[in-house]
Amino acid sequence: MNSLAVAALLLVLLGLAYQSGWSRSRALATVGGPKVHSRPQYHGSYVAIWTMMPALVVLLLWAWLGGELTHNHITAQIPADTLQALDQTALNAAINRIRAIASGFGVAGEVAPYEQAAGESLRSFQMLTGTGVLLVAALCGGAALLYARGRITARLRARNAVERVVNIALLLCSAVAILTTLGIVASLLTEALRFFTFINPLDFFFGTVWAPNNAPTAGNYGRYGLLPLLAGTLMITAIAMLVAVPVGLMAAIYLSQYAPRRLRAVAKPMIEILAGIPTIVFGFFALVTVGPFLRDFGRLVGLNINATSALTAGIVMGIMIIPFVSSLSDDILNQVPRTLRDGAYGLGATQSETIRNVLLPAALPGIVGAFLLAVSRAVGETMIVVLAAGNAPVLRGNPFEPVATITVSIVNQLTGDTDFSGPQSLVGFALGLTLFVITLGLNIFALYIVRRFREQYE
Amino acid sequence: MDMLAGKVKLTQQSVNSAMNPTDALARPIRLEARDVTVHYGAKQALFGISIDIPDRAVTSFIGPSGCGKSTFLRCINRMNDTIEGARVGGSIKLDGEDIYDPSLDVVELRARIGMVFQKPNPFPKSIYENVAYGPRIHGLARSKSDLDEIVVSSLRKAGLFEEVKDRLSEPGTGLSGGQQQRLCIARAIAVGPEVILMDEPCSALDPIATAIIEELIDELRENYTIVIVTHSMQQAARVSQKTAFFHLGKLIEEGVTEDIFTNPVHKQTQDYIMGRIG
Repeated sequence: MNSLAVAALLLVLLGLAYQSGWSRSRALATVGGPKVHSRPQYHGSYVAIWTMMPALVVLLLWAWLGGELTHNHITAQIPADTLQALDQTALNAAINRIRAIASGFGVAGEVAPYEQAAGESLRSFQMLTGTGVLLVAALCGGAALLYARGRITARLRARNAVERVVNIALLLCSAVAILTTLGIVASLLTEALRFFTFINPLDFFFGTVWAPNNAPTAGNYGRYGLLPLLAGTLMITAIAMLVAVPVGLMAAIYLSQYAPRRLRAVAKPMIEILAGIPTIVFGFFALVTVGPFLRDFGRLVGLNINATSALTAGIVMGIMIIPFVSSLSDDILNQVPRTLRDGAYGLGATQSETIRNVLLPAALPGIVGAFLLAVSRAVGETMIVVLAAGNAPVLRGNPFEPVATITVSIVNQLTGDTDFSGPQSLVGFALGLTLFVITLGLNIFALYIVRRFREQYE
Repeated sequence: MDMLAGKVKLTQQSVNSAMNPTDALARPIRLEARDVTVHYGAKQALFGISIDIPDRAVTSFIGPSGCGKSTFLRCINRMNDTIEGARVGGSIKLDGEDIYDPSLDVVELRARIGMVFQKPNPFPKSIYENVAYGPRIHGLARSKSDLDEIVVSSLRKAGLFEEVKDRLSEPGTGLSGGQQQRLCIARAIAVGPEVILMDEPCSALDPIATAIIEELIDELRENYTIVIVTHSMQQAARVSQKTAFFHLGKLIEEGVTEDIFTNPVHKQTQDYIMGRIG
């Protein structure tokens, strides 16, 4: 069925319905006539909604059942003896060939007579059903239009009816977001549970060796210890925070308290541009610039720093998070009531005293919340770490050495040929679940703190 | 009821001890403003204000909203400095010394001229720390016991000590509106100012809390020079000895409070007092 035709049909129905409801309503609203409950545009929308519903239902039904019907039609066209000779794969191939013939693209190789016949039959079937469905949809829509139009009276509460529909539409949209989240969590959970049928959860959560056997000989899956990855993740996150929090916070304080308005108008968007740089670009930057620089610098002062190390990834990740910390902190500092600042100035406090003793304590819960949100962001960050951390899943405490993180290991386990039947790819879900629990916990804690802060000034 | 009864009693006392109306003008001049103008960006908010503020008396600024009375008040301790784009012209002298002199230390000035704001704004700290903050930053206390003494005596002068003496370590934001405002007054007093500016200190309070603050202002007058901005003409009449009427950024009329309310010279003042403008 041609999607252009569907769109055209729906648009025409929509326009007709709205126009018809609108003009009907205008006709009602005569001078000296009865007081009309709703404005013409509501009557228009009312009829339009009534019209679209059945048309959409017909189209959706076809979208749901049509594939099955077409499939049955095609298999019916294949001669019985040929059909019996085909196994599932060959049948699918034959059906695809017939579809290709029907669409007019043609196929490679000899065309069997039954294929030709089936193709032509399919084409006329598609023409017929396509037009049929459109026609039925149009008729249903038209009938609904007439019905709804007939219901328009001065006392019809079209405004309230439209309000209800809007309400339901909004509800559906939020339901999509919530259901998606639930679905993702459910799939993470079930796959992770499958992973734990291969690997003992204790060995996973408390194992200190990460050595998956990616080409398992019977029964030997390798070892899946989470701790080296967790340690790598935490180390990089800690380094990132050491960079991002002081710089971001100071920048926020400068921007919100010291910067003249004109500088602020320029500087704030500039900092926020940092947040717009794709993380993979930060990854290049880490790999090509920061890593070699740190290595050379290390040589200069007698330290042995690897070009790809926890330090490199941490520093660059910290730079990436700066705008996150600074713009959240800036908002929070601006939320502190002006009267508090005035109170401190009025006592003869200097600007920095006011900031240190009054502003920051008042904003502290909010800043902690921002900090936690930034941490959860850093924990889940992938691209920088893939490129710059060196991917060495070994438990060690030296930030100058390469490490691996949870995210990197997920990438490693799930790229390439994966069949999700063994622990080597299923572990990705267990790791993802761990990551999810960590960030979820941080986010909930952060929101809790931010909310407590908000209550204080309302 | 008790508080109201106390209020009535005290008002009688203060009437008994009230200075002769002409005394207000006879007192030495503490603050002397000449030709003060304020611009916010391109907009002029004050036009050539000149006024003398007498020592240890209450001077009130009245006038309709947006007339510039708060703006002028904020010139006296240079709070307008904290507003971007504000420019102040003319001169204001405290004891003959120009407060807009570039060599003057603003921070020190604000310790000499304290301020109480429209909305009670205690810091999100304990009651004790709220009062102790000023003395701490100005280094007024040599020891912990010194500081304790300043805090207690400031809370006493603000008439709050008896109510909060058992919970000095509780947050100041947990007090009632009127108590918070008295805490802010205690906080201002703790720095040892000579002048106290009050910007509509009762506008966020209920009538009983207002009565208590007014009583307090009357007591404080003995030791401090007080300037109060108020929306309520009754309040100006009750607490102040000198009144100045502002309208559209100009000082229309000033004089002994009683004269302004009983015998205003300018028609605009008359109209405002009769409730015809504002």
